[in-house]
Amino acid sequence: MKVIEIRNLKKTYNTGEVKVKAVNGISIDFEEGEFAAIVGPSGSGKTTFLNMLGGLDRPTSGEVVIGGANVWELSSRKLIDFRMNNIGFVFQAYNLIPVLTAGENVEFIMQLQGMPKKERGMRTKELLEAVGLADRINSRPGKLSGGQQQRVAVARALASRPKFILADEPTANLDSKATTSLLEMMAEMNKKYNTTFIFATHDQRVMDKARRIVSIEDGRILSDERFER
Amino acid sequence: MILSISWRNIWRNKVRSLVIIFSIAIGIFAGVFSAAFFKGMADQRIQKVINTELSYIQIHQPDYRQNSDFGNFIPDGSALTAKIRQLPHVTGVSQRILIQSMLASAETASGVLIAGIDPAIESTVTNLNTKIIEGAYFDGIKRNPIVIGKKLAEKLNVKVRSKVVITLQDLDNNITSGAFRVAGIYSTDNNLFDESRVFIRSSALIKLTAFPATAAHEIAINIDASENLSLVESQVKEIAGDKEVMNWKALSPEMNYLTEAMGIYMYVFIIIILLALLFGIINTMLMVVMERRKELGMLMAVGMNKRRIFTMIVLESILLSITGGIVGIVIGALTAKYGETHPVDLSMWAQGYQQLGYDAFVYTSVDPVMLVNVSIMVMITGVIAALYPAYKALKNDPADALRME
Repeated sequence: MKVIEIRNLKKTYNTGEVKVKAVNGISIDFEEGEFAAIVGPSGSGKTTFLNMLGGLDRPTSGEVVIGGANVWELSSRKLIDFRMNNIGFVFQAYNLIPVLTAGENVEFIMQLQGMPKKERGMRTKELLEAVGLADRINSRPGKLSGGQQQRVAVARALASRPKFILADEPTANLDSKATTSLLEMMAEMNKKYNTTFIFATHDQRVMDKARRIVSIEDGRILSDERFER
Repeated sequence: MILSISWRNIWRNKVRSLVIIFSIAIGIFAGVFSAAFFKGMADQRIQKVINTELSYIQIHQPDYRQNSDFGNFIPDGSALTAKIRQLPHVTGVSQRILIQSMLASAETASGVLIAGIDPAIESTVTNLNTKIIEGAYFDGIKRNPIVIGKKLAEKLNVKVRSKVVITLQDLDNNITSGAFRVAGIYSTDNNLFDESRVFIRSSALIKLTAFPATAAHEIAINIDASENLSLVESQVKEIAGDKEVMNWKALSPEMNYLTEAMGIYMYVFIIIILLALLFGIINTMLMVVMERRKELGMLMAVGMNKRRIFTMIVLESILLSITGGIVGIVIGALTAKYGETHPVDLSMWAQGYQQLGYDAFVYTSVDPVMLVNVSIMVMITGVIAALYPAYKALKNDPADALRME
């Protein structure tokens, strides 16, 4: 089942007199349960691509269809709710809410969704257990290591039961040990919940784990390969 | 959870938040205490005027205040007085006979208003008996004692036991006069009152003028507490029929104006303080929003809509303001409460104040309604202060904000 359909997506930045074509006509589909990496050198347009996919950055032209809905035809108000209910985000800098505990960070999105308190509590526990941080439920992000914070971020991204998770350079700030265990955990989550993961990365360790690698350069797809792992 | 986030956000930068909280607290403390101080001052002034000059309620013939003719009296004064005395909350009722006359000493003469009173009953209404600075309140002189003010005594150059002569017109417009001896000299804060008002026994005045023994020009009523004024006033009005019943506010509009004006000044003063604080809070909240651009972008990305972002920023500002406000109000109210029993000593500057009728010792007076109003005003300030920073926060583009790694 197709989760995302992208048709001829373009994004042009006007920097003074020069027009920069960050994304220059990308068409691609993602299936449910994929574990895909979008790779390319910095400046290749992969973050811009990911942001347009995530409903954060408006494309100059083209379509992003998620679950039958053309994302960029939604009003900005509806778009926020759409993001909340359909897309999970994992950022390079973890970006947890520093004043909330690990548990509250995970619970927060479910509260925004209006999930009942009891259900929220159970799911928070379950997710933190799944990412291996059940014992840090009451710790604030400042008390956690980078790897642990990123695990909380993954649990948070999963909390809203999204159609897919976008992870922009999730391992860039982590050492190799934390990277390995985070990737293993994400692969496990991918299998366990059949949630689609899409990474933007130039980290070889991520590519080694990915079952699909889409290479982008100069805003275009260079190659699209699938692997059995 | 948004409330909890807002509250915890305040304590992310403790020093900055405490600085703004303390400046709000100090500002509000200053406002609350000054308000209590000046209200106390005005209340004391009014209480004094009520206690020595006005009394709470007075009854006259309907047109007496325009035509204070000696013949314009309340015929059944004693009956009315007796009825009012039965009312709850009434602590004293004095019936007075008033007449303009000439008071002459051996050296000179002066126009005065004579009040014929029953000394014992009068002291249940006014505190003239405590204002005697020389001699005694109707004591020590057997025949025809008179009590006069210090200013008048100086003018007439008389002392205690000096003889003075009253000359007046009786009911039939015959000129009569009587000799009196000064029993006591009083001094209030009001020089004009001291110079123009003298007191003799009503029996002496009745004898001198053949005035009907049960009649009166003025019935002055004292009550137990000012909050019972309107209750007593309405009851008195029922009993008094067509007579004119007036409370102190109507009798002395300038005194009433004093309290009202004082109240308005205090709110203006507090608004100025809040206005100054407003900019401090705006500055703090702007710093907060700038600092957290990335975090706000993240929150928007994961599903916080604009309304919630706005609420979060406004709540943070309100909590910041109200924390400072509560600290200020509590300290201000406690200090002012202490000042209700431990007066502020102004005796260093007392001479000037006393000439204006104010006390050297000011007992503060806390108005609970004002405390509530100030809390609301602080909260409104918090909201106003948050508007621009919150608007700034909403202008944030999540994609831009997240790109700043």
